[in-house]
Amino acid sequence: MKPPPFEYFAPDTVEEALSHLTEYGYDAKALAGGQSLIPMMNFRLAQPGVLIDLNKIASLSYIRPDDNGGLNLGAMTRHFQVEHDPLVKEHLPLIYEAMPQIATTQIRSRGTIGGSLAHADPSAELVAASVALQARFRLRSQTGERWAAADEFFMGMFTTLLEPDELLVEIAFPPTTPRTGWALMEIARRPHDFALVGVVVGVTLNGSDRCQNARIVFLSVGDRPVVAHQAAELLKDQEPTPEALRAAAEKAAADDIDPSSDIHASAKYRRQLAKVLTNRALDQAFQRAKTNPN
Amino acid sequence: MSDLFQLTVTVNGTQYQRSLEPRILLSDFLRHDLGLTGTHVGCEHGVCGACTVLLDGRPVRSCLMFAVQADGHQIETVEGLGTPENMHVIQDAFWEAHGVQCGFCTPGILMTLVPFLENNPDPDEDQIRHAISGNICRCTGYQHIVDAVKLAAENMKVQTLT
Repeated sequence: MKPPPFEYFAPDTVEEALSHLTEYGYDAKALAGGQSLIPMMNFRLAQPGVLIDLNKIASLSYIRPDDNGGLNLGAMTRHFQVEHDPLVKEHLPLIYEAMPQIATTQIRSRGTIGGSLAHADPSAELVAASVALQARFRLRSQTGERWAAADEFFMGMFTTLLEPDELLVEIAFPPTTPRTGWALMEIARRPHDFALVGVVVGVTLNGSDRCQNARIVFLSVGDRPVVAHQAAELLKDQEPTPEALRAAAEKAAADDIDPSSDIHASAKYRRQLAKVLTNRALDQAFQRAKTNPN
Repeated sequence: MSDLFQLTVTVNGTQYQRSLEPRILLSDFLRHDLGLTGTHVGCEHGVCGACTVLLDGRPVRSCLMFAVQADGHQIETVEGLGTPENMHVIQDAFWEAHGVQCGFCTPGILMTLVPFLENNPDPDEDQIRHAISGNICRCTGYQHIVDAVKLAAENMKVQTLT
């Protein structure tokens, strides 16, 4: 349970980090909070030849509102900073509520938002939440930068759009839409453990209290966050009655996801959880949308 | 072996300078290089919480950090908390309430509780159980640990008043 040897760099600037990434390419791994990478190295499941430690790059740690009412987070902003930030509470109630559920206090002391997203664990709350919130990711390399939508960033289990010479440097959350409510629900065997199934729901009401838009994203049911398009379509222009919510939850569990069985839960049980959680999360989200003027 | 790195770190108020391989985990550095074996190593992948120490006042898993990353930082371990003759108020409460059986998880739990009780001087049972949910104990069934935390909180209040 000890990591194998590696070459180690701890640059102070993004530019230096990018130059190391360019030089070492696939041999290199960027070290953010290390709360997933270091256990994998301890198990020797990951054996990077070169480790580029980002923890000294102070310029990657910030929480800033943008001009349009959105919120931008530096990739090295730690979970505990997000957890206690008044701007996050105001602009991103979903993230604010999710934070205490993400891993344990000790992990949140070190873990970073960029690290969690770049790690792309399909059971990570932040991964699913970023898709639900339609976040955008700023990816930098020595030759320039590009933006990626959360929807297209996650390509599979631990796999993202990031090229070996690229670094995720910023996460941009769009402004919240008025009359929108959010909810995150998950079931795990132990508190803070990987969820058997989780769901993130966002709904927006129109002027006549019907569903203008719904966003339902599952965690832990596939190799990446899974968006329930069919269930969302079913809710469109509907009154959020208990029957409509139940129908959408059933649609999501039956047709939008294809969970697998493992030692923790059967596929059938996961579908059942998905249905119940979606129903409850929709109910909570619509309640919140009704009481949320802005 | 890869290159050695210079590390200057303050542990329990004492500054140490060492050169070491970057792959040395903070938990192993504390135990093997500094001889501070109060920090226990359980799972070595961030699940059990036995290796919890304070990094600049916040609880962290010392098995999920490389020692070189602690360069320039402050670390506190259970050795800095109290001595057998002069125990910390939380240690004393664990003694009184029988919050210890085999004692393997105890240092990690104590270090988790120090900042928790500072920030939550009057916790209810739910908050206590939530606070220690990152620390696994295989002996006690947690009940006596929860009792010990309640007692510690009470005693800390008395301590503040006197």
